[in-house]
Amino acid sequence: MDAEAIRRALQRIAHEIIEGNPQLSKVVLAGIPSRGVEIAQRIAAFIHRIENIDIETGVIDVAMHRDDVGTRPELPVVRASKLPLPLEERTVIIVDDVLYTGRTVRAAMDAINSFGRPARIQLAALVDRGHRELPIRPDYVGKNLPTSAAEKVRVRIGSAKEPDGVWVERT
Amino acid sequence: MKQRWNRKDLLGLRELSAEEITFILETADAFKEVGTREIKKVPALRGKTLVNFFVEPSTRTRTSFELAAVRLSADVINISASASSLAKGETLKDTARNLEALHADILVLRHSSAGAPQFLAQRLQASVINAGDGAHEHPTQALLDLYTIREKRGTIAGLHVAIIGDILFSRVARSNIFGLVKLGARVTLVGPSTLVPREFEKLGVEVSYKIDNVLPNADVVNLLRIQHERQRKEYFPGIGEYTRFFGLTKERAKLLKPDCLIMHPGPINRGVEIDSEVADGLQSVILDQVTNGLAVRMAVLYLCGGIAT
Repeated sequence: MDAEAIRRALQRIAHEIIEGNPQLSKVVLAGIPSRGVEIAQRIAAFIHRIENIDIETGVIDVAMHRDDVGTRPELPVVRASKLPLPLEERTVIIVDDVLYTGRTVRAAMDAINSFGRPARIQLAALVDRGHRELPIRPDYVGKNLPTSAAEKVRVRIGSAKEPDGVWVERT
Repeated sequence: MKQRWNRKDLLGLRELSAEEITFILETADAFKEVGTREIKKVPALRGKTLVNFFVEPSTRTRTSFELAAVRLSADVINISASASSLAKGETLKDTARNLEALHADILVLRHSSAGAPQFLAQRLQASVINAGDGAHEHPTQALLDLYTIREKRGTIAGLHVAIIGDILFSRVARSNIFGLVKLGARVTLVGPSTLVPREFEKLGVEVSYKIDNVLPNADVVNLLRIQHERQRKEYFPGIGEYTRFFGLTKERAKLLKPDCLIMHPGPINRGVEIDSEVADGLQSVILDQVTNGLAVRMAVLYLCGGIAT
């Protein structure tokens, strides 16, 4: 995916979010650091351009909610989460760059629940590469990218030096 | 990206680099946010067991570590000296080995002997966190002091910090000196000459015996408790005299810059090292220190207890 394809995909996701959420002002786009946060802000900018509504964005850190602390050689760096409160009666849309096993999304749902009880939680991903290990499915997808587990999906977005892009690396 | 933390133990600030200290403070930022949630608990250390082993009495540090561990979903056991087999003559090492045989993952140790945490850290697989050893170090107290300064002033480098009181017997002072100097602060130690020997200048700090000369230039004053329990008469003539020469009285506090922070590790002796009006005043961040201590201890437990062993 090149920068233009990413732009179109995020614009389409913005349209789908508008279509699927009649009460748009109740929607919160919660990005998973670091690329999910950037993607959430871009979707919010598209929604603003299309509907002239400023929807709220937030940050949902999953590091402290992971189920594999102590089993990985590297300890995930924790960051502060930031969500508009209270969450009650809002729709929180989790935004991530690549959807893979679903474990990050599960951790994100746990994190959101510790802030309150939103009316519903939805999921948006720029890329869905398959290989789910949990019963989780996205509501909004930029691109379905069938991969093998041996491959890596790289996403670059919001870099000051290089253009946005998504590509697959063999390891 | 290079791993920014790879220690299983936290024994003191002397051995840490400025980058490691900064990383702990950044990690504490994330854990401070957890305290604002409706459910103030995350599963980061679920399944881990923490033993709070306090051979010297302490309420606030032990409680803070216990709450930090609970908020990380670890299981906590508290052991005090009188309730342990140490009272029956068991050695420290044997007691600790028994705790490890119960699969404790993290040992938080307070001990009257300097070096006790290091002794155990070298012999145990469990993470060892120093919660104060003799007059040596109290790293988490210094980290929470650094965190509070950074939170209130945005930075530590370039600030002038006065540490006032019983420096000689203070592990809090030592850990603070190491941390502040590494992060680029200017440090002045103030107190009676018997409790603030000139030797401290070797650590890269200044020493002054005249509090009224130091207060007008300070960005932070950190008042240490006069430790009645450690003091013998020869160090200074009496509490009243100490207050007259070094106490932060209401009158003396007027010398401070309006934005100077007033800190105290607690428990405070009202009317001795600090007047009540000053301790409860607008410049006082004493209760912020307590709140931040929880976030800093969560960060330390997460970093030391979370790495794969």
